[in-house]
Amino acid sequence: MSKVLVKDKEVVVPGEELAIGLDYLPGFGTYRIGDSIRASRLGLANLDGRAIKIIPLSGRYLPKKNDVILGKVIDVTLNGWRLDINSAYTAMLMVKEGTSDFVTKGADLTQYYSLGDYLVCKITNVTTQKLVDVTMRGPGLKKLRNGRIIKCNPHKVPRIIGKQGSMVSMIKNATKCWIIVGQNGLIWLQGSPKDEVVAVQTIAMIEKEAHLQGLTEKVKSHLEGIYGKLQELKGESNDIQ
Amino acid sequence: MTYSKRYSDRGFDDLRPIEAKAGVIPNADGSAFFKIGNTTAYAAVYGPRDLHPKFKQDPGKGILRCNYNMMPFSGMGERVRPGPSRRSREISMVTEKALMPVLDLQEFPNAVVDVFIELPQTDAGSRCAGICAASIALADAGIPMKDLVTAVSVGKVDDKIVVDLDYAEEAHEGGPVADIPVAMVPSTGMISLLQMDGEVTKDDLMKALEKARAAILKIYEIQKKALKDKYYVDMVNQNEQ
Repeated sequence: MSKVLVKDKEVVVPGEELAIGLDYLPGFGTYRIGDSIRASRLGLANLDGRAIKIIPLSGRYLPKKNDVILGKVIDVTLNGWRLDINSAYTAMLMVKEGTSDFVTKGADLTQYYSLGDYLVCKITNVTTQKLVDVTMRGPGLKKLRNGRIIKCNPHKVPRIIGKQGSMVSMIKNATKCWIIVGQNGLIWLQGSPKDEVVAVQTIAMIEKEAHLQGLTEKVKSHLEGIYGKLQELKGESNDIQ
Repeated sequence: MTYSKRYSDRGFDDLRPIEAKAGVIPNADGSAFFKIGNTTAYAAVYGPRDLHPKFKQDPGKGILRCNYNMMPFSGMGERVRPGPSRRSREISMVTEKALMPVLDLQEFPNAVVDVFIELPQTDAGSRCAGICAASIALADAGIPMKDLVTAVSVGKVDDKIVVDLDYAEEAHEGGPVADIPVAMVPSTGMISLLQMDGEVTKDDLMKALEKARAAILKIYEIQKKALKDKYYVDMVNQNEQ
């Protein structure tokens, strides 16, 4: 007899039995041992029909193809730039992917991006050995000037962005800050100093309560408490997600 | 002469009072606090992160690196000389080997997961407390793992088989003492650490291991609760609002 032993969106720990019987299928973050399906990491159990998977709550960023991330230039080499991407691995940005200019051999690459610069880039490839290639060719990919960078848990990024960017648009709209959220948990924001502080606080709040329901309403009332009634958002925002 | 009553007034199968908490060190990727009687352990997990020196890197999978450290003022008598010692190196190594069977580091080639175990106060059973804390911290850090690892020391004091020895019992002089630290993977019952100091017959060893198994299941529940509580507290606040 098959049955599920956990509720949807319940916090589960490694080794916890999620379901018994062969009618259920182990998804991400779970494994089957004998008849039972067990969790293999800390997170929220997610029941989707017959499949059971885990939405992780913690852990460092693992590079994934097509993610738009923020990276910091940590080295300038002969043929490109090496970026720190808030992960166990570094990313490589080749000259060809970094600029559309013609670059002569042996040119000084720091005139494009120098040490310590933050870039918005997109992952083009990740090998099994976790060699990461990124590109700067694409809409919204650029070098960041001014503003500030904050760090958050990369697993909370989808919550900070919200459905179709709803959450981050709300913060942008209320605080009038420019915000770019990278999938690797780095967030760039720029606005007036007072508004930046509010935005940082709001993001910290979302991060802390990301696993709870009804967060959008809470964030809205938090922002309205500071700025008064918010205008309803219409149309789509051009967020980088 | 017989050992009829324990120094600490416990039953022979009773554990000392246990406290556990996850996420106590904000700067670490995962952390935990584990206290059993007067033995207190803090564990902090950093990574997966870049591993140097480079020759230690394993292109096949990530490696685990444990560091066990007793603080100078932690002991029951003499000051513990700070810095690595033969004893702490051995315990770091056995901790690593006790935790390795549950960890899945395939996803992190060339990287390292660092575990630092610090003991501000000890009263015997420090390697067991360290392993319990480390496994909570690893789960908190979001490292994929099949189960938690739980450890307890059992042994024989004079003619009695006892669970969770404290320092007074280890130093008992009325008769022979055996101290057996055991670590297990609770879901499968597999043993990942088994050491012994002293002497014991085969029969007594088997009896002691049975008692260890029962004790470990009790500690396991406390470990799981510690991890869940980290997220549960927020939910209570949520309901109050």
